[in-house]
This record gives sequence, structure tokens and C-alpha cells, in this order.
Amino acid sequence: MSRLKAIGRWFGDRLQIGGAIRDVAEHRVPARSASWWYVFGSAALTIFALQIFTGVLLAFIYVPSAAEAWNSLQYLNHDVTLGWFLRAMHGWGSNFMIAVVLIHMCQVILFGAYKFPRELTWILGVFLLLMALAMAFTGQVLRFDQDAYWGLGIGASIVGRVPLVGKPLLWLLLGGPIIAGATLSRFFALHVFVIPGLLIAFVSLHLLLVLKLGINEWPMPGRAVHRATYLQEYHELTRKDGIPFVPQAVWKDMFFSAAIIVCVMACAAVFGPFGPSGYPDPTIIQTVPKPDFFFRWIYAMLALLPPALETPLLLVGPVIAIGFLILLPFLSGEGEKSWKRRPISVVTLLLVAVAFGTFTRLAAYSPWSPVMDGWSADPVPVEYLQGRSPLERQGSLVFQVKQCRNCHSIGGAGGLRGPALDRVATRMTHDQLVHQAIQGGGNMPAYGKNLNPAEVAALVSFLETLRPPNQLPARNAAAATAR
Amino acid sequence: MSRRALLAKIGLVLNIVAAAVLATPVVGYLLSPILRGDRGQYKRWVPLGGLEAFPEGQTRLATFQNPLSGASDGDTDHIPCWVRRIQGEQFQVFAINCAHLGCPVRWFAQSGLFMCPCHGGAYYEDGSRASGPPPRGLFQYAYRIEDGRLLIDAGQLPTLSTTAKLNEGQDGCRG
Repeated sequence: MSRLKAIGRWFGDRLQIGGAIRDVAEHRVPARSASWWYVFGSAALTIFALQIFTGVLLAFIYVPSAAEAWNSLQYLNHDVTLGWFLRAMHGWGSNFMIAVVLIHMCQVILFGAYKFPRELTWILGVFLLLMALAMAFTGQVLRFDQDAYWGLGIGASIVGRVPLVGKPLLWLLLGGPIIAGATLSRFFALHVFVIPGLLIAFVSLHLLLVLKLGINEWPMPGRAVHRATYLQEYHELTRKDGIPFVPQAVWKDMFFSAAIIVCVMACAAVFGPFGPSGYPDPTIIQTVPKPDFFFRWIYAMLALLPPALETPLLLVGPVIAIGFLILLPFLSGEGEKSWKRRPISVVTLLLVAVAFGTFTRLAAYSPWSPVMDGWSADPVPVEYLQGRSPLERQGSLVFQVKQCRNCHSIGGAGGLRGPALDRVATRMTHDQLVHQAIQGGGNMPAYGKNLNPAEVAALVSFLETLRPPNQLPARNAAAATAR
Repeated sequence: MSRRALLAKIGLVLNIVAAAVLATPVVGYLLSPILRGDRGQYKRWVPLGGLEAFPEGQTRLATFQNPLSGASDGDTDHIPCWVRRIQGEQFQVFAINCAHLGCPVRWFAQSGLFMCPCHGGAYYEDGSRASGPPPRGLFQYAYRIEDGRLLIDAGQLPTLSTTAKLNEGQDGCRG
């Protein structure tokens, strides 16, 4: 033992960092801040370390070339011993990272931790969030499959909407005129060198500020922040009611970090790695690209925004949102910290969370997209054909063959783009149905050129049968009066 | 100012000059995708095949090799497009990319529509916008016919700002 101590002392004498480590470990934190609510920051740090670790291991095998990347992922999944598990760890680690960072951010907002004097800590945190999202997106690109290819296409199209400099920006993003080898190479450099380098620097500063300024105290209703007196009050608090970080506060962080690692491992083991989906050959167009979970809300918004608003919102929206986040500690740098006295913050946070949740949920079944095989995959329900006239049955064929089913469901199957047609005869008259089929309107294409009069007659006669047995068909009240 | 302080300042200035000199090739290197494109290296006339491959009145998928391609591109330099032969030597060649956000549109001959799987854009057979979020009709390649072959002027991913030589203002009738 004394030999070990001697060796320890030998290194200690030369490195001269024992004192600094002791200072960090034993710095006093407010007793009530040693709470389970304060473990998410350290958990994010743990996942970051885990991501670097698994990422480096994946780089032993992964080939960052558009010609080879997909094959090297297959090799990782199927041939390398436990390669699938490492890929799964990295993928699930990424999801946990975003989730934990978002929870951390919500906690900071609810506890008013961004207020004076921790404005810069918050701003660094905003950049860390953006970089975490950038890592998630570039990581999705490195999984160079069809989703990655067309996801890049969406990114490129957004950049292409920038006025004046759209074209050079696009070429810069792609490394050339199309999505190709150069594109993957530069996303590899961003994912593996540039953004992680920035992350390490920003995480270090973020941590340094937490140490220098002290962890946020537990917010008490009525104890408001004033620039003139806060530092003094905080100092008093840690002196009177403080505990050393190690070991009195750190054990919760350590428990939670260990639990998170176990959770990532469990998800990786049970659910396995993400993809890769289809081979990235753009000539294979039978694909329905979808982004990863944490970008689904953007995907949904892009479908639901009014077209005229889309470009301004795409280009200006992020600037406003990020600008607001950065300015937040300057807009409300003083005053109450407790969520019990900050109803607007709580309601705003809930509203944003519900909106994100709703968009993400919608993206799971994307009701705005035609179901590409709706017309050929879903048969017309038998009860809609029984006892019908030959013309009506012919109409049901027209309905299928003309791909109406891709956007309209009947019998609960088909697209959700347009309204379900099971009761269409109760709300539209014969004339209205003919008009709608031929001229379209209300976001429906006009089929006039692709339906001959006989087909229209058959189709409409079929649609007129689509009503529940005891409900009257729609009628034109004006026509009766005119007569 | 002492001699050493002066020398330190000169040393600083020397480093700034060296960094500025170094920055020139670095910036040029980073901007290479833009500079190359400005020299017109991206676009060429590429063949889509003989005219007999495109029956009149039909719309078919054609593929071509992107004019600028390299060994690390894999199959990503194989680009698809939709060729509509109206009649005789009258064609329309549409980009595969939806004008909304670039997803691959699919042709449905029976209903005469192009549909996009991502956000629900739909186009008529002449490429004009039928419904959904696209702000314009499908992008079109310029084409010409040479020795019985169909050629298009291709080479860049079409977006709202890279539609060069593609027909502009194809908005068509909105139902």
C-alpha cells in the first residue's frame, strides 16, 4: 500500500493537479440542489463520452465512401462480431442524447437556471443543443442508405430555397452539383472531426462555467434574482447550507449515468441497430424516405405549412427560434426562478412540447402522403359491391384503377390525403361528384383528361352508393326550388 | 517600447501575415465545389438512349450517368428522370426530384399523375402542379435529338435555385 502511495505521490509531485482536482471535487453546492432533478447534465456528458467511444470503434470498420459505406454497414451488422451491437449502441446513444439534452433544457427553463449570472452557460447550452442535432443529422447521413440519400435531397432543396446565394450554398453543402461521393466525405468530416471538436470545446466551457458560477440553487417562490445582490446571496447559501459535491451530491449523478448506460445497452440489445435501409441508388425510386425520430416534427411541418409561407418560415423561422433562445436570459435575466411563479414559461414550454409531440405523432403515419400502393393493395370491401348494378360495380373498378384509393380510403383502407369516401353520397350530390372528379379542387387534382365520359358516369354511380343504409343521399335544395 | 516587446509584436504580425497567406489556398480548397461549377464543369449533354425506347404518348423512367462523377460515387451518380414523348420529336424530360423538397416522384399512368411519397405533392402528366405543397411544376431538362438519340442537358440536382436551363414558370392550372 505504501508503495502505491509512493507512486501516487511521484506522479502528484510532477503533474501538480491534485489540488485542482480536490477543489473541483469538494466545491460546495447548495444542499437542495443535490436532487434527482439535477442529474440530466451529467447524464448528457456520460452519453457524449459513450458516443465518442462507440463512434471511434465504428470508425475501425466504416468506410466513408458513397461506393462502400452501405456495404461496410452491412459488414458491421452481419459479419463483424458484435458489430451490430456497437452500431445499435451508437444509434440508441444518439436518441438518448437528444432526449436527455431536451429534458435537461426543460429543467433549466423550469428552474430559472438560465438567469443571472448564468446567461453564458445557457447560451453555450443552446449551441450544444444545436450541435447535438447537427450530430444526429450528419450521423443519419453517414448511415448512407435511401433515407439518408433522400434526406440529403430534402436538406439540399431547403438550401436551394435561399435567395441569391442558394446555388453556391447548395454546391458547398453537397461538395458538388449532385448528392454523391463528395457529399458523404464532407459529412463524414463534419460528423467525426469538426462538430465533435466544437462539442468538446463547448462542453468544456459549459462545465467550467457550472463550476465557476456554481450550480443553480433550488428555486424558492418569492426568492427573486437581483443582479446587485444575487452573488452575495448565493455565496451565503453555499456557506450556510452547502455540501461538498463529492461525495454528497455526486452519487445521484453516478447512479443516473449508470442507469442511462444500462438503458442504452438494453435498447441496443433488444431493438438492434438502425438500418441501413435500401441501397443508396437514386434510380431505385420505390422508396418512402423518412427522417429519424427527432427530425420527424420538421418533416410533418414541411407537409402541413401553407406553400406560400414555406420558404419564409424555413429560412427565417430557425433564425427567430435560435435568436429567441439566445436572448432569453437577457429578456428575463432577473426575477422569480420558481416555476410556481412563472406561468407563462410553463405554459409556453407545455405548448411547444405538445406541438412537437403532435407533429412527431403525425409523421408516424404521414396522412398527407398518398399511399403509393393503395389502389393495388386494398380491395374494395365486399359489402360495397353486393347487390350493386353492373354500372356501379364498373365504377368501383374505375375507382381502383384510377388510383383514387391512393388518397381516399374506403372501408378503413387507403390514403388519408383526401377525405374518406364511405359516406360521400350523404354530403355530395350527383352533380357535385361529377364536378369534383373532372375539375378537382380543394387540393384534389382534376381528372378530366384521364376519365372518359363513360368512366365518369360509372365512377359517380359507384360513389353515389357510398352511404349508410338508413341515411338519405345529399340533395340540391336549390334545384327543387327552381323547379 | 523595449526591444523584446517590439520583437514580440513583430513576431505576432509575422504570424498574422503567414496565416493570411495560408488562408488563401485553404479558402480556395474549401470553395472548390463553387469555383468548379462556375467554370461550367457541371453540365453536359448526356444521352438517354434511342428514340425507340420512348413510345409516343407514354411516360417512362430513364436513367443516365451524371456527367461529373468519380470512383467514390458508387451508384449515386446514376440519376433517374421521367421522359414523356408527346408525339414525334416532341418531348418533355422531367427531373425525378419533387419541386417541393426533392423526393423522388412516381408516375401513375392510369390516373396520369406524378405523386410524391414525402409530403403529398402531385403533378399532371405535363409536369404542371396538380396539388399539394410544391410551389411550381416539375423541373424539366432541356433536350435535343441527335442521330436518333435523345440527349438532355443535365448535371446538377434541381432545386428552386439550380433550375438553370430548365423551363421556368410551369405552374399550370390549379384545380
